[in-house]
Amino acid sequence: MDREERYFQPDIECAEPEVLREIQSKRLREMAARCYDHVPFYRRKFDELGIKPEDIRSIDDIVKLPFTYKTDLRDHFPYGLVAVPKEEVVRVHASSGTTGKQTVVAYTQHDIDVWADGAARALAAAGCTKSDYVHVSYGYGLFTGGLGLHYGAEKLGAAAIPVSSGNTKRQVQILQDFGSNILCCTPSYAAYIGETCREMGVDTTKIPLRAGLFGAEAWSEGMRENIERLLNIDAYDIYGLSEIAGPGVAYECREKQGLHVCEDYFYPEIIDPDTGEVLPDGEYGELVFTCIGKEALPLIRYRTRDISALVREKCACGRTVARLKKLKGRTDDMLIIRGVNVFPSQVEYVLTEMGLEPNYLIVVDREGALDTMEVQVEMTPKMFSDSVKDIESYERRLAAAMQSTLNIAANVKLVAPKSLSRSEGKAQRVIDRRKI
Amino acid sequence: MSVQQLSVFVENKQGGLAEVTRALAQEKINILALSIADTTDYGVLRMIVDRPEEAAEILKAQNAAVALTDVLAVKMPNHPGGLDGAVQALSKENIGIEYMYAFVCPLPGEACMVFRVEDREKAGKVLEDAGYLQLVTSDLYER
Ligand SMILES: [Zn+2]
Repeated sequence: MDREERYFQPDIECAEPEVLREIQSKRLREMAARCYDHVPFYRRKFDELGIKPEDIRSIDDIVKLPFTYKTDLRDHFPYGLVAVPKEEVVRVHASSGTTGKQTVVAYTQHDIDVWADGAARALAAAGCTKSDYVHVSYGYGLFTGGLGLHYGAEKLGAAAIPVSSGNTKRQVQILQDFGSNILCCTPSYAAYIGETCREMGVDTTKIPLRAGLFGAEAWSEGMRENIERLLNIDAYDIYGLSEIAGPGVAYECREKQGLHVCEDYFYPEIIDPDTGEVLPDGEYGELVFTCIGKEALPLIRYRTRDISALVREKCACGRTVARLKKLKGRTDDMLIIRGVNVFPSQVEYVLTEMGLEPNYLIVVDREGALDTMEVQVEMTPKMFSDSVKDIESYERRLAAAMQSTLNIAANVKLVAPKSLSRSEGKAQRVIDRRKI
Repeated sequence: MSVQQLSVFVENKQGGLAEVTRALAQEKINILALSIADTTDYGVLRMIVDRPEEAAEILKAQNAAVALTDVLAVKMPNHPGGLDGAVQALSKENIGIEYMYAFVCPLPGEACMVFRVEDREKAGKVLEDAGYLQLVTSDLYER
């Protein structure tokens, strides 16, 4: 395979840091003025803090600006934060609304181009070229996944195959018949497609599929290995969220050492979620984005609730833009069980470390005053034995590994093979009965 | 000398066992012996069937977790103390029994016993020496 590094916009992706700072400073100045002039919500916030757009001279002044929260989007549902006249809006998407009411995001033509740039950079970094077929199995619709990668593929000059999600056997058929080279979907769906290939007896070493871009969920290195093995491809993480644009805000290169941020369009910060203070590079905290490159919904310091850290050293791939360390998960996904923070991705890590496939369901409940955590794991041929003693010892090892990774005791429950639901989009991994 | 035993993982939920028995019935697999080891969450169904390898494939195709294990099966004389003699003989040689179950032998008028032990060869010899006759797969299916 050709190992030459590919870029879509090397002038930006490999820019000198000073050049990038100039671009960021200029865009932030313009954005601050635009928000103050056209978005009453931001004007009020600026006035409350006693700042004027003129106070924003360089990108360093960003810390003077207020945060924007998901609730602000909801409070101004649907178009209250839009900064451009109606006639300039060409597209509307909505967030998946995993926690409560949907939020609506508007785009100008410029915004669509910016987003497509991000997705095209991500595809190029995964080795995609103009002569490739890009199989898009993200859902098309209000969700940004499908159209995001679709426009990115076209912008790069590759051929987009808009398969959308669902009908997994047909996905496998199209992978073979259309000669798809690059697969785009959620990591859990990629694993499911891989399992389906195996069940259908499709030899994945014999199909042209080479790489995949997987996002919209936090996933572990074990999951990566699992997908790479099942589909015989290189699996890359891609990050995005609809409030900011969609997939393509940040992406992995072949080094797979963090996700390069399109920081000329989306300026990243890592903050302490409790104090709001910016944290030093390398430290984990809440990821915050400012949409310095966007027109219709130019969010200022948007609190993503995602947990990551920033690395600013130049990458071995030649890119100079900042990298996000692999995301730990969304604070929304984080469970607090008996006072301990638990991310579902940690359970995934334990399972893949033990050579199991990352199919699981976490059930959290409360007995009296005590939280209980059950992890349902599918029985596999590897674990199964005619001897209950052997199965129980495997269960105990699994429970011990959970305890040491999660710092909390979990009850492991073995369930029938293939009985946990496989997802075509974001997988449901948690049932929290405490909320009901 | 041994008999092949088919084990299947059965989750403790409505219809879990029925899925297994239906699949075997549809393919006309005859179940000669059966025992279930129960835990709170699941059971391990152990069976002696007439076509063990075929049965395993049928269940695997239905996504079941299955295992084929060689177990020791012996004929039990039909009189008081028949079983005791076998258990005593194994105990004297320090052979632990992980599990055992009885079934009606296809040979008329006799019972059979399946023993799951660590050292099957040794246990077989001990029982033969004590006068117990081992069964092989063909004893079970041909009349
Ligand atoms: Zn890189």
